[in-house]
Amino acid sequence: MPGIKLTVNGKTVEKTVEGRTLLVQLLREELGLTGTHVGCDTSQCGACLVHVNGESVKSCTMLAAAAEGAEITTIEGVSSRDGTLNVVQAAFQEHHGLQCGFCTPGMVMSITDLLRVNASPSETEVREWLEGNICRCTGYHNIVKAALSAAETLRGAQPVAAE
Amino acid sequence: MAKDFGIGASSKRREDKRFLTGTGRYTDDMNKPGQAYVHFLRSDMASGRINGIDIAAAEAAPGVIKVFTSRDFEAVGGVPCGWQVTDRHGEPMKEPKHPVLAEGFVRHVGDPIAAVVAETRAQARDAAELIEVDLEELPAVVNLRAAVSGGTAVHPEAPDNLCYDWDFPAESKDAVDEAIRNAHHVTVLELVNNRLVANPMEPRAAIGEYDAADDQHTLWTTSQNPHVIRLLMGAFVLGIPEHKLRVVAPDVGGGFGSKIYHYAEEAFVTLAAKVLNRPVKWTSDRGEAFMSDAHGRDHVCKVELAMDAEGHFLALRSTTLANMGAYLSTFAPCIPTWLHGTLLAGNYKTPLIFTNVRAVFTNTVPVDAYRGAGRPEATYLIERTVDKAAREMGIDPAELRRRNFITQFPYQTPVAVEYDSGDYNATLDKVLEGSDRAGFEARKAESASRGKLRGYGLAHYIEACGIAPSSLVGALGARAGLYEAATVRVNPTGSISVFTGSHSHGQGHETTFAQVVADMLGVPEDSIDIVHGDTNRVPFGMGTYGSRSLAVGGSAIVKSVDKIVAKAKKIAAHLLEAAESDITFENGQFSVQGTDKSLAWGEVCLAAYVPHKYPIETLEPGLEETSFYDPANFTYPSGAYACEVEVDPETGKVEVLSFTAADDFGNVVNPMIVEGQVHGGLAQGLGQALMEGCVYDENGQLITASFMDYAMPLAKDLPSFTVDNSACTPCTHNPLGVKGCGEAGAIGSPPALVNAVLDALSDYGIAHIDMPLTPSKVWAAIDAARPAAAAE
Ligand code: FES
Ligand code: FES
Repeated sequence: MPGIKLTVNGKTVEKTVEGRTLLVQLLREELGLTGTHVGCDTSQCGACLVHVNGESVKSCTMLAAAAEGAEITTIEGVSSRDGTLNVVQAAFQEHHGLQCGFCTPGMVMSITDLLRVNASPSETEVREWLEGNICRCTGYHNIVKAALSAAETLRGAQPVAAE
Repeated sequence: MAKDFGIGASSKRREDKRFLTGTGRYTDDMNKPGQAYVHFLRSDMASGRINGIDIAAAEAAPGVIKVFTSRDFEAVGGVPCGWQVTDRHGEPMKEPKHPVLAEGFVRHVGDPIAAVVAETRAQARDAAELIEVDLEELPAVVNLRAAVSGGTAVHPEAPDNLCYDWDFPAESKDAVDEAIRNAHHVTVLELVNNRLVANPMEPRAAIGEYDAADDQHTLWTTSQNPHVIRLLMGAFVLGIPEHKLRVVAPDVGGGFGSKIYHYAEEAFVTLAAKVLNRPVKWTSDRGEAFMSDAHGRDHVCKVELAMDAEGHFLALRSTTLANMGAYLSTFAPCIPTWLHGTLLAGNYKTPLIFTNVRAVFTNTVPVDAYRGAGRPEATYLIERTVDKAAREMGIDPAELRRRNFITQFPYQTPVAVEYDSGDYNATLDKVLEGSDRAGFEARKAESASRGKLRGYGLAHYIEACGIAPSSLVGALGARAGLYEAATVRVNPTGSISVFTGSHSHGQGHETTFAQVVADMLGVPEDSIDIVHGDTNRVPFGMGTYGSRSLAVGGSAIVKSVDKIVAKAKKIAAHLLEAAESDITFENGQFSVQGTDKSLAWGEVCLAAYVPHKYPIETLEPGLEETSFYDPANFTYPSGAYACEVEVDPETGKVEVLSFTAADDFGNVVNPMIVEGQVHGGLAQGLGQALMEGCVYDENGQLITASFMDYAMPLAKDLPSFTVDNSACTPCTHNPLGVKGCGEAGAIGSPPALVNAVLDALSDYGIAHIDMPLTPSKVWAAIDAARPAAAAE
């Protein structure tokens, strides 16, 4: 069984894993980071989305062993130390971008990555970007709104007021 | 001005923080000390005889603790059905046993044959491959029409595959037949309501635990109604009395109906935990979910609508084949009957209505309620037929609807239910305005200039929610009461714990219910906690389905709060040395009318628990009340939906350009949450109409068993929605005047979309296309119609 060393939410982690262990299993089952979810077995739902070296990766598609040396950020690692929600998280709450919450960690991680590569996405761009994330609850309406509002906040403009 | 707290405020959801920070607690997030894992070996055949199972190799595999087969379940019952329908001959429905693990036969792909419990998930899965099943394939029954045409039977006790053959209302049959024979015009439509898979994003999971020291069982499960599971599994399957069985449904990642039912896997882990004396955990993967979660819809119907020369509806007749799948799921029999036949008046004063529903066994996964449950099927057949009638009669679809709207309330329909309130013209006006119906022709011309076909479609809906008066549903075959329970506990310092039998799995009850209590007591929302989902903490409950949580569960809370206030007034009267009748309670203050004497909420609460100066001879200390609320009637949310689409005649692709909803949910507690519920419902309804469809091949193989084959709506498939719930007529018979909003979107949107597409295709003379309106189907319909259109 290979031994791996990686950084997860800023902490160094050393583990021995089976060759077939997926990154999501390492996170959920070995490290207890259960905010990353598993919603499918065909890498389509995005509930498992985390950042690997700053970019979004579906952690159900990556072997834990392949994360050797990587910096991983999960949903547990994005709010500030005192628990204050970051801009994207706060926008989801403000605009009711979540219901059951199961897709939410993946959505937040995905939108965060979108806003890194595109600071002013259009509604269409947000919708296209989310093609790897399925939400069954919200109809996406308020997720899109939250994404656009977070983009505005991050650009330093006034946040869009909730209706 | 919008309120900033209490009823009517868009309070931000308190549950969001844990979900946004990854600290929600879903069943699969939990692990119990010493836990083992189960993997189910499921049938890959739709129908077969089990001639033998050899588990020796699997039992010898690394990490395997035990392999279970039906032999280990000989002493337990089958998975029960909670509703009995009586057929048109007065006979009870056929109710074949649904074993926890297959007994001798498998009846659908996914039917569990054996279960391997091992130290790790991977070991259980690996060992399952070593089980040798001698399975002899038998002919499968898949197609509904073929199933009722004789031949193969799914169960020997139902040789014609009929679970029941149901007439409703039986006494109207002749009058309806005659009205249809003599009518000026009869619009006829045959349609299919496509089979769907609910697919909440959290797959089902369950953990069984057993504590031998005090003979206590605990089941952690992804359920919408833990008390119902305790009742069904405890009493009917495993024979565990309530006081020895705790069922907990913690955070649940969506349900949409599919997590109402008691499933075999729950009974399995509960029993296995006792047999092995250690916790046993099961987590479904998505592929397994497709073949084991109850599916939805799957009706084949013929509808006839009789009209006079002015388009007044005279009679409606429908005949429906409804798929039950291979076994009866918990509520399956009532979906195509009492939740469907009773809604066939829709929003219209059609005086004569008759339906015949035959429920059919097939070698497919059990079918049960999915968001809307019977009401989407009723709405779809009515609203598609009304639109077709409008075209045939040359009457504008909105005008034809207006001509037939029910306008006087209460209204006794010819199909048993009595609508308490509504204003269908008001929602229609709002939707026509909100969707800019007036500007449609110009937009259509603009689309045409780009070679695109633009269409506008309307649909109305009515639903019966707030399920339901117990005496009524009892008479209709329900094996349980459908009230709700709530305990309100006021703590000594004035903070409040509310224990509700409703379950929240995305609906935001922790926020909404706190708003109701805060409003009634004039205390801050954050001094109130809402507790749900645990049979050991909540006294009783019937759970969440049929848009009932606020209307029924909320009413139970209101009842308890009323009792709290009544008792607190007595305490205040004693403390203030005034007559009880002189005490008023407003904004958290108890006052003596006409004086400046008053006490704050907290002072009275403290006195209740520190009864030094207290009417102890006449009043017990403490401030806690439990209520059961049994509704007087269903509630009847209604609304009007408008959909605008563009069809590309070259590819058949349908693009939803806009969707406008005008709903009447009665009073609204949290507008933000209500709008969110509508958005989600619309997405599921548009998903059904545009892309979703569960497909079996002729041998009963499930073709759509993953998100690769089953098209879930994505963000790019949907527009932003325009949602309005200002046309409000309060419910007349519950204390909050609320009607329920969870299912509306899924009920009203499919016909609106299909009507819009057929409007876009009106030049081709295409009368109907069955859902889902995929590009290939739309293109094929256009292609088949081209010669006709060209020849004109
Ligand atoms: S679990 Fe990774 S994409 Fe669905
Ligand atoms: S909030 Fe439930 S799946 Fe997105």
